[in-house]
Amino acid sequence: MTFQTHARQLFGLTGVLRRLIPCVAMLTLPWAVATAQTRIDVSGVGATQLPIAIANFAGPERLPQDIAAIVRSDLSRIGAFRVIDPQQTVGESASVDFAGMKARGAETFVSGSVLRQSDGRYDVRYRLHDVVKQSQLGGEAVLASEPDLRLAAHRIADSIYQRLTGERGIFSTRIAFVTKQGSRYRLNIADWDGENIQSPLVSPEPIISPSWSPDGSRLAYVSFEAKKPVVYVHTLATGERRAVANFKGSNSAPAWSPDGRTLAVALTLDGLSQIYLINAADGSGSRRLTQSSAIDTEPVFAPDGRTLYFTSDRGGAPQIYRMPASGGEAARVTFGSNYNTSARISPDGRYLAFLTRRDGRFFVGLKDLNGGNESVLTEGGQEEAPSFAPNGQWVMYSTRSGGRETLMATSVDGRIRQRLTSSLGDIREPAWGPFGK
Amino acid sequence: MTLKSIHRFAALTLVVLLTACAQQIKLEDPVADDAAARAAAEAAARSGQASGAGSNPMGSERPVAQVTLDPSKDPFNDPKNPLSKRSIYFDFDSFSIRDEFRPVVEAHARYLLSNKGRKVIVQGNTDERGSREYNLALGQKRAEAVRRALTALGVADSQIEAVSLGEEKPRSSGTDDSALAENRRADLVYQ
Repeated sequence: MTFQTHARQLFGLTGVLRRLIPCVAMLTLPWAVATAQTRIDVSGVGATQLPIAIANFAGPERLPQDIAAIVRSDLSRIGAFRVIDPQQTVGESASVDFAGMKARGAETFVSGSVLRQSDGRYDVRYRLHDVVKQSQLGGEAVLASEPDLRLAAHRIADSIYQRLTGERGIFSTRIAFVTKQGSRYRLNIADWDGENIQSPLVSPEPIISPSWSPDGSRLAYVSFEAKKPVVYVHTLATGERRAVANFKGSNSAPAWSPDGRTLAVALTLDGLSQIYLINAADGSGSRRLTQSSAIDTEPVFAPDGRTLYFTSDRGGAPQIYRMPASGGEAARVTFGSNYNTSARISPDGRYLAFLTRRDGRFFVGLKDLNGGNESVLTEGGQEEAPSFAPNGQWVMYSTRSGGRETLMATSVDGRIRQRLTSSLGDIREPAWGPFGK
Repeated sequence: MTLKSIHRFAALTLVVLLTACAQQIKLEDPVADDAAARAAAEAAARSGQASGAGSNPMGSERPVAQVTLDPSKDPFNDPKNPLSKRSIYFDFDSFSIRDEFRPVVEAHARYLLSNKGRKVIVQGNTDERGSREYNLALGQKRAEAVRRALTALGVADSQIEAVSLGEEKPRSSGTDDSALAENRRADLVYQ
């Protein structure tokens, strides 16, 4: 069987449950050493894994980042691969010991090199080999400055992932989340693997509902610094922030249109929470979209920008509805319980992730918008705030575990689960960032 | 001149001066400042007797009376006054003001009606179960209920703003029923 077929079996909609291979031991040890602040625990593993050997990259003696280690870690965590470390350095253009790799159980093999250029930047390149056919499958070179060496490694993992599965990898993406330590709140951004945590905002008052602009350059969020909820748009590179919705009453639930020009928000200036559109640049041009006498909130655009999904209790209990983004009649979408909120749409527009209450406990649900089938993705019962990965294969969410709020991610087929813990305190309100350009 | 005659002369001068002052106050300002005139007259009378035996030898020339304000008289802090209550509690899944809190709402309405320069913010809260944004909207519904009750009693819109803190600023951090009940409330915060 080829690797492509393996991958399609794993990511197909109906998989066959085979023997679970414990992954946790392999992963927690290096993480405990490598990062003081974050830890990722993975449980459950896909039934079919592609065995891939990744050699150490040839290059300068004292590189600040171990490229191969990052690539191995990325591909292990995603669950689709059984990663083998052959414990040797093999340069990108060096000859390959195919028999040796085959003996180690590998079906594919990665070799690589890091070259320091005269301008101080690094040329990081890999080559992917078919061990069985003893042929090359391709390669890529990434140019990076020293602070971006981790990102270069993630880009290489993306490239390998795409070659072998046909799907775009999320290894170069970032996540946003809020942490609370005592009475201090931080809005944070980290790489998908929990590294490189930076805090665009530190505040003595709560921060909720972070939302990435489609181009990844800005975050919209709700801040309580004025002792009431106000929507801000924050430019990450400069720290410039602007209150774009500060009307009388409460302002919250910002959601970006796919073209990045409009924000849908929940405003209470007319009484109860209703949904409005405003210009993302400066909050001007507010126009009311919903016209109910109930609570309408949590708007989110479908990827084609033409439909808005939102939470409404106009029927008596909170459910998810959809309406045209230009305004008009709303239709109810969820039916499985009498509490369904926090809609998120997968990037291909096909799935709805949401928060559902069953027997008094809160879980992340998934609904096929074409077929209508609803399922429950999580088990904790104290979940909140689902967020899709930009390739649609993972849903990240917040839950309570061991008395603390932590982040978890589950594969959309429900088979793999990962937990991200942090020494930064309670973690909540995750938002998975977009693909880079 | 002897010392004694100097004293007498001084006293006489003083009397003349003070009498003149008293007269000036009276002449120049016959309408107002009767208190000042009285004080001057009293002072003149006293100094007129300064060289002789005084009628009140133990009292101070410049008495000052003390007034102590009782903090419990401030209606906002007087536990017997409904204005000191600034939290209104709600039943689970409910957004109507319970009867027992009607007097509190009425007291604050009366206060705002007679103090049109004062503004109040009504902050709605919820317990922490479920979606943060939906809880923000539920908290707003509680604040809005109080706001509408105040405006129904005649308070101007411009004096009230209803906002929500949702589940973000709980007063009680427990998860038992009484803790959850404590957080289902609207608070009145005067500006």
